[in-house]
Amino acid sequence: MPTDAMTERLSTGSAIRFDGISKSFGDIEVLHDVTFDVQGGSIHALLGENGAGKSTLMKVLGGYHAPTRGRVVLDSTPVIFRSSRDAEAQGIVLIHQEFNLAEDLTVAQNIYLGHELGGALLDDAAMRRGALDVLARLEVRLDPGTRVRDLAVPMKQLVEIARALSRDARVLIMDEPTAALTPHETATLFALMRRLREDGVTILYISHKLDEVKAVTNRVTVLRDGEVVATADTAALSTTQMANLMVGRELEAMFPPRNAPGREELLGVDGLDVPGWSRDVSFTLSRGEILGFAGLVGAGRTESIEGLIGLRPHRVRGVRVRGRAVRLRSPADAARAGVVYLSEDRKGKGLHVNLGLRPNLTLMTLEHYARPLLDTRAEDTALTRAAQTFGIRTGRLDVPASSLSGGNQQKLALAKILEVHPEVVILDEPTRGVDVGAKQEIYALVGDLARQGKGVVVISSELPELLGLCHRLLVMHEGHVVGDLDAAGLTEQDVIQYATGLRGRTNGAGRGEHVPA
Amino acid sequence: MRVASLGPLLGLLALMIVATLLNHDFLTVSNLSNVLTRAAFSGIIAVGMTFVIVSGGIDLSVGSMAALIAGSMILIMNALSTALGPGVLTIVLGMLAALVIGGLAGLFHGAVITRGRIEPFIVTLGTLGIYRAVLTYLAQGGAISLDSAVGDRYGPVYYGSMLGIPIPILVFTAVALLGGLILNRTRYGRYVQAIGSNEQVARFAAINVAGVKTMTYVLLGVCVGLATILYVPRLGSATPSTGLLWELEAIAAVIIGGTALRGGSGRIWGTVVGAVLLVTIENVLNLTNIISVYLNAAVTGFVIIGVAFFQRGRR
Repeated sequence: MPTDAMTERLSTGSAIRFDGISKSFGDIEVLHDVTFDVQGGSIHALLGENGAGKSTLMKVLGGYHAPTRGRVVLDSTPVIFRSSRDAEAQGIVLIHQEFNLAEDLTVAQNIYLGHELGGALLDDAAMRRGALDVLARLEVRLDPGTRVRDLAVPMKQLVEIARALSRDARVLIMDEPTAALTPHETATLFALMRRLREDGVTILYISHKLDEVKAVTNRVTVLRDGEVVATADTAALSTTQMANLMVGRELEAMFPPRNAPGREELLGVDGLDVPGWSRDVSFTLSRGEILGFAGLVGAGRTESIEGLIGLRPHRVRGVRVRGRAVRLRSPADAARAGVVYLSEDRKGKGLHVNLGLRPNLTLMTLEHYARPLLDTRAEDTALTRAAQTFGIRTGRLDVPASSLSGGNQQKLALAKILEVHPEVVILDEPTRGVDVGAKQEIYALVGDLARQGKGVVVISSELPELLGLCHRLLVMHEGHVVGDLDAAGLTEQDVIQYATGLRGRTNGAGRGEHVPA
Repeated sequence: MRVASLGPLLGLLALMIVATLLNHDFLTVSNLSNVLTRAAFSGIIAVGMTFVIVSGGIDLSVGSMAALIAGSMILIMNALSTALGPGVLTIVLGMLAALVIGGLAGLFHGAVITRGRIEPFIVTLGTLGIYRAVLTYLAQGGAISLDSAVGDRYGPVYYGSMLGIPIPILVFTAVALLGGLILNRTRYGRYVQAIGSNEQVARFAAINVAGVKTMTYVLLGVCVGLATILYVPRLGSATPSTGLLWELEAIAAVIIGGTALRGGSGRIWGTVVGAVLLVTIENVLNLTNIISVYLNAAVTGFVIIGVAFFQRGRR
């Protein structure tokens, strides 16, 4: 590549136009006719709730997905990327939310991975110099010979950014880059982003942290359910207005009516610490109550619950189930005490997708079918009954779980944990990847559980879901419970303010910017 | 799918037809009984191995373990023979010792793998060396021979028969039936499959993953003990080359039988067919002179790769 061409590129960041982009995965369209412009050499924020389509849109731009309809226009030339390599050749680099680093290679080797310098033999000295240069631009003091495995998470983030810079990026896509950074590191990153903008680099910036968006970006585009709801100058919007644009839909009819919860305490958790994730989490759950756990991704909700039922190392002052002190060292202890948990990771932790429906359903209650040989006929009866009760729709019952739709898989997973006849049911993102119809059925089921006098905990990143379903919300921020709120009269904006640390108790390293209630 | 799952059985039948056409001696009762008796040793181990592999593990040490068990059992029997005389009691106690040693070795594997969180490949690669070295030391590089008086009483375990069927074949059949029952029709078997299919899901479903996995190695150890009990009277001694490469035969039998090496799904009848198929190949090469018997291992190797090729699309 000629050097002067590169310099020229660096001086003019590209203008991008998304022109009627639609993207479908199978039957589900996740982006609908997305159209907006990004000015060259600006920092442009992309906002939206989880599942709004931000990451998908950025993967279209980064060459990871081809759009189903529409096109990307780069500096008034339509471009078609067949792979991320094509996009990188045009100077568009996506920095992933999850790190894409080869842990056992050094920083310099990672920065040049796939673009190594040298001929038949690698020119390690040149790569080391290049890595030093690019790290210096980032004002990061780091030996390029360090193995990535030995770096802390924020440093890995900076190495990812350094790698993008070494590719002469004209367009940098950052997907929640500050999720793992401390306030100080975040400040360094923002200073760098501003410098890059002055160099003419165009930055697309995805974040849930609205105060950061307010601080560092020029323009904002808000996506909701795969559609653009607004594009505006950042200066023209308050963080509250941004939050309003992100949510703002009415799903009242989706949710079952809420009966008043009973007085008996079913579950009491006192002072739960999960090292690295959460500190001093305490809460109670009453008979017939639906308690929501709100918070941003990484706030420590899932990890706290996994700690509670013995799936992670943890410390806790006390756990009470129906007033009796219990120790939960494993999911088996929890199930015996009447507490069951359904993971957010349905394919990885919730269901055996390669196995049939029958072994999935009865896995936690096999002792009822062992006489001592397993009575498969009784299992089949249970499956037929569960399919009816939970509305699991499938042509045949002797198929692997993988052949069910997401919604039906989720209903099967729910049926499985409810076979135990628990008192406390903890559901983590119960409607993730589920269509609207199945969502409604799952909400109805949660409502039924509460009416039957069980206690239900729902962890969800979808605020409308939590507000529509729950009696009470616990909001977590950076590992702490910052709000214990009655859901009646609560708005999404209130919750977002707690979840983003703008309001509520911020223990430890708070960001010091409090908005009065 | 249905037909593909019958692949190993069809392969065995095809091989038997070809063998019969080439040499009519193949289909005689004495030859078939010889084939099945030989298949019994690796077959019994392979049944245990099926549990380990279905749960997502592997055990490379079974050949060495068999050698160590054989040597130890002979030493114990010889010692008991001086104390108690070469009677049935001596033999039964020696056999029990073999099963216990196998079970303990399996318990050790399971504990190190689950509690110590070390890959089963590494743990059993280590014990593969350890067991054989201990046997070699006990034998001082030579052979450990069974007291001839005990050997005379013990012989029928290998050479004897009931209703005209050699004892090893009967034991093999019983182990295979029991194994199939446990794997497919008990809670334990279901847990083994669930863990191999996805260990995380199993953990989240309140299954005692460490206990179930450890038990697969114990079961395999007991199977190795049982195979050794049948094998020792054949030669009446244990040497540093006893049980050499049995681990490969056992693993190959499991894989040919259609069990996925990554775990999750498997079937005992397939393993039995795999074990018989492997011995049949050798037998056919012995009976015919189309391919040198020295190339037996090569033919077996091609069969293993070929079977894997036809099964690759199934998961």
